[in-house]
Amino acid sequence: MDLSQYMDIFLIESKEHLLNLNQSLLELESNPHNKLILDEIFRAAHTLKGMASTMGFENVADLTHVMENVLTGLRNQEVTISNQLIDLLFQCLDSLQNMIESIEAGKSDNLPINQLIQLLQDAANGLNINEQPEIESSPIKLAAHELELNDYDVNMIVKAYQQGFKAYHIGIEVAPDSLMKSVRAFMVFKNLEEVGEIIKCNPPAQVLEEGNFENGFDLILITKEEAASITERVHTISEIKLAKCTLLELPPEEQGQENDDVKSDQARQTKDLTEDQPNSLRQPTKVRQTVRVDIERLDKLMNLVGELVINKPRLQQIGQANNLIELNETVEQFDRISTDLQNLVMKVRMVPVEQVFNRFPRMVRDLAKDLGKEIRFVIEGKETELDRTVIDEIGDPLVHLLRNSIDHGIESSEARRAAGKSSEGFVRLVARHEGNNVIIEVEDDGRGIDPERVRARAVALGLLNKDSDLADDNSILNFIFQPGFSTAEQITELSGRGVGLDVVRSKIEALSGTVTVESKLGAGTKFKVRLPLTLAIIQALLINVAQETYAIPLSAVDETVAITPENIKQVQNQEVVVLRGKVLPVIRLHNLLNIADRINGERVLYVVIVRKGDKQAGLIVDSLIGQQEIVIKSLGKLLTGIPGLAGATILGNGEVSLILDVGTLF
Amino acid sequence: MSNDQAGFSNELQLVSFILGQEEYALDILLVQEIIRMLRITRVPRAPHYIEGVVNLRGNVIPVIDLHRRFGLSERVNSERTRIIVVKVQDITAGLVVDGVSEVLRLPQAAVEPVSSLVTAIDTDYIQGIGKKDNRLLIMLNINRVLGIEGLD
Repeated sequence: MDLSQYMDIFLIESKEHLLNLNQSLLELESNPHNKLILDEIFRAAHTLKGMASTMGFENVADLTHVMENVLTGLRNQEVTISNQLIDLLFQCLDSLQNMIESIEAGKSDNLPINQLIQLLQDAANGLNINEQPEIESSPIKLAAHELELNDYDVNMIVKAYQQGFKAYHIGIEVAPDSLMKSVRAFMVFKNLEEVGEIIKCNPPAQVLEEGNFENGFDLILITKEEAASITERVHTISEIKLAKCTLLELPPEEQGQENDDVKSDQARQTKDLTEDQPNSLRQPTKVRQTVRVDIERLDKLMNLVGELVINKPRLQQIGQANNLIELNETVEQFDRISTDLQNLVMKVRMVPVEQVFNRFPRMVRDLAKDLGKEIRFVIEGKETELDRTVIDEIGDPLVHLLRNSIDHGIESSEARRAAGKSSEGFVRLVARHEGNNVIIEVEDDGRGIDPERVRARAVALGLLNKDSDLADDNSILNFIFQPGFSTAEQITELSGRGVGLDVVRSKIEALSGTVTVESKLGAGTKFKVRLPLTLAIIQALLINVAQETYAIPLSAVDETVAITPENIKQVQNQEVVVLRGKVLPVIRLHNLLNIADRINGERVLYVVIVRKGDKQAGLIVDSLIGQQEIVIKSLGKLLTGIPGLAGATILGNGEVSLILDVGTLF
Repeated sequence: MSNDQAGFSNELQLVSFILGQEEYALDILLVQEIIRMLRITRVPRAPHYIEGVVNLRGNVIPVIDLHRRFGLSERVNSERTRIIVVKVQDITAGLVVDGVSEVLRLPQAAVEPVSSLVTAIDTDYIQGIGKKDNRLLIMLNINRVLGIEGLD
């Protein structure tokens, strides 16, 4: 049997199990006596072991196997849980992770694990497991034939019995002179699989298929049929000499233990049904039909839908221009369908932020341990969905922010107690929708950022005039996103080298997002990241400057106002307007875009108030056209990196219009 | 002709076009299509020789004004003005020319290196000069024209 086709599934599932293990182990750490969590860990480790040995990755199987021993000890309360033990188990998970990655890279899983195994065994024995025989499979040895059952098989059999099936051990002998042993074996398999499921055979199926076996083989069949009818079935195949069939009995101890498990399983499921908790850990895995699709195909689909969206207003224009009522009706219909289609394609590309968030609890734990801090980490809203392209990019900036909070934000336990806070620091990661955006917040209850120090540093770096008290504390704080800005006195391994926050900001701005910070000295800090739901189709405000049409992403537009030329004042060589008591710099787009200024003499000026980070500015334009959905197109390699331009789009009349990038425009 | 027996290997297939007073040529394999003048959207802050971008059936492609690229006199659009759409590696771009004359074959031997000749444009953009009957065809180095390859 060719296993390579299952490789992808194996890799994906093992990663899921590892993630599950990591999460459960974290929970166990804070909740050491919860048997349900222990069961969950056991189950995940167990499945992983089963999968690995099926795929022939012995090292993975061996390690998980020893882990299982320890876990069983924990379960039976023969091993007491300790921090060292949890750490050891985490190390095992890391090791497993490495092996899986190595396998993924096309290498073997052959990494040094002997030491870990030794440690695990010590953990199991050293803490007096009472010389319990290796729990491993409590192997049910079948006397006559060598058919060893592991936990997995036993589990299957137990489950089968509970559901009214029976398990038989069947011994088959093929006539010694048979020329087609493999065919005979195949026929036996085929015949038996009509009435049940073969869960085990010896020699393995692959060997049987090749015909490389002596005269007989053994198998375990789970079925509802009676022994006699099975014997009869087998006898109908020629050259099959003997079929013995014995009912498998399980040791009562096994039955009892497994039963408990299953009972709690069922209890859990009913609980889930009644309570529908969002806590995913205990939810039974939902079985859904899914298809994995190359992201490139989705991109192509998105492009095509984009084309449709572009052509929609064109059709509308034709219909209106020629007053074709029938066409207008069809276009309306077309409009509805294309909107649905667009929404659907967008939805297909959406992925829950869970994918990124899931690796954080472990990271936070390790960081906290390294730094000797106590931290309670909470994640909220991990089911919030974001476009795939955004998800791929958002991980690193979030890691930065979290590290920042844990390293700089949260104080040491002593300092916290001295400040009258609980010794345990609190870090919260929240994701939620807000209009067409997704907001991700990283919040801590640490020492906060001292605006005076930031101010001093900003002055030292020449970013701020010493005497100007123009900036309030909140805008002062946002100086921390400037390159080379760090108020940390000592550089730690993690952060404080002045790189980081500016990288975070540039990364997020590259995704058309924004990041801001709020902080209260002594009470904590909150970073707020705002991201667009998608990067392919956006809402934009279309404007005219002279004869040219430009699009400004609506996400960057705060409002539009009409002013008269007299409203514009000069402050330090900068034109400004006062809007509701707020002084805003204004920029004439004509100058920025190198268009001869034709505004002189106009009675009314239109100003688009745009936001860049936490700064606002007014862009003077000639006229406002309106709001429209546009598809972002790249300008191509010859025109990359032009400041102020985010790309192009095609308007309803077929003309190309450029999209202004407020972030780099001025 | 002896070339016919030798096959196509030492024969070039070219698209020839007019720019100012001279005739130029491009390898036909580079040319995707030739289209009539489209409405060009100016791109502010772009290199001076990039006239702007056009909508080529839903794709946005940059258009290069060869007059500006080669420092010739300002272009005047006419009925004969065309955009030659070229594709080099994964870059698609349009070249605005004053007119497209024909597709022709030229033996490799009829192409001379550029060093000895004097033309209206910078020799950096030229691959060689082809001779066909009494005509001289300036063969463009497309990578240099597009600015893909530096001019050192």
